[in-house]
Amino acid sequence: MVKYTGKGVYGAIAMGKISIFQKQDVSVKRVHIEDVEAEKSRVSVAKAAATEQLQAIYEKALKEVGETNAQIFEIHMMMLEDDDYNESIENIIESQKVNAEYAVAITSDNFAEMFSSMDDAYMQARAADVKDISNRIIANLTGNVSNSGNADDKMIVCANDLAPSETVSLDKEKVLAFVTAHGSSNSHTAILARNMNIPAVIGVGDEFLSQIKDGDEAIVDGFTGEIFVNPDEETKAVLSAKWKSDEEKKRLLQELKGKENITLDGTKSTFSLTSEVWIISVLCF
Amino acid sequence: MVSKTVTVINEQGLHMRPAGILAKAVKAHPDCEVTLNANGKTVKAKAPMQIMSACMKKGCEVEIVCEGADEQAVLDEVAGMFEDGFGE
Repeated sequence: MVKYTGKGVYGAIAMGKISIFQKQDVSVKRVHIEDVEAEKSRVSVAKAAATEQLQAIYEKALKEVGETNAQIFEIHMMMLEDDDYNESIENIIESQKVNAEYAVAITSDNFAEMFSSMDDAYMQARAADVKDISNRIIANLTGNVSNSGNADDKMIVCANDLAPSETVSLDKEKVLAFVTAHGSSNSHTAILARNMNIPAVIGVGDEFLSQIKDGDEAIVDGFTGEIFVNPDEETKAVLSAKWKSDEEKKRLLQELKGKENITLDGTKSTFSLTSEVWIISVLCF
Repeated sequence: MVSKTVTVINEQGLHMRPAGILAKAVKAHPDCEVTLNANGKTVKAKAPMQIMSACMKKGCEVEIVCEGADEQAVLDEVAGMFEDGFGE
């Protein structure tokens, strides 16, 4: 058994097999081109396709994580229309006579760098959003669009880092937990995991990914941020008990849903399920 | 040209969501140029990434400048959004 520790971003326990999330290869080559207009129109076509995909992801997120959290993808669509971003791509194609993929990659790096250098943790985390939309355009340019989540069983998805659109694109029914080597609790991925009610541990470190393999058995404890790979019987028993008591707590909360809240002296209280869940969450963290 | 100075009231400043909402509202008025002056930077309000690049935090003073068709109405709308904390 090997234990890894990161930061738990959603308190729940998951037991199952590991599936390592393979990112699409987005390495881009610089190619000299002559037809500037043709490259620009390639960007337009790729952007239109990207917008269509984001619209589908937005609608999926709307159902799974609610409007507030789905809005990020609406903003991603707006980022694709950002004048500065698009002017930068066109300028690079025109001035350097290079392929669309390269122009998008350079623009992506420049904007991500701008966010990373800001004196604000939230803004720094936005670099991931710029990279996410840029990689989507590049994937559409190269015809390399991912269709992840084909595994049959529910899996613990492990990745270096997950972009917000990757997080939502994964089939929720097939994801037991998220574990990432990098990422901040401020990232949209962490926020989305919380809203999808999926146990998630982030920032486990590089070692983790190099030591695990597909199909390894693991237990993720989103409360403590611990991951046990190939757990021994004792750990399994302890975590199973913890899982059962957590499930029981959640089941009891579900039962309370819709019932009148009357205290022992007969007073009706106006506690909603949301506020009770919130109070319990506060107690747990 | 009309202008008004407002203060950012959002806890997290003008982050992605408000920047997106603002850019969307401004894009609905293509004949009116809306710029924001904050932290010594001038940014176009129709571009969400530009808005965020000015890193407007809570308490930051922002001068909204509108020029073009229906400029006063657009200014009132944008100023109203800031004062309302973009619905947050």
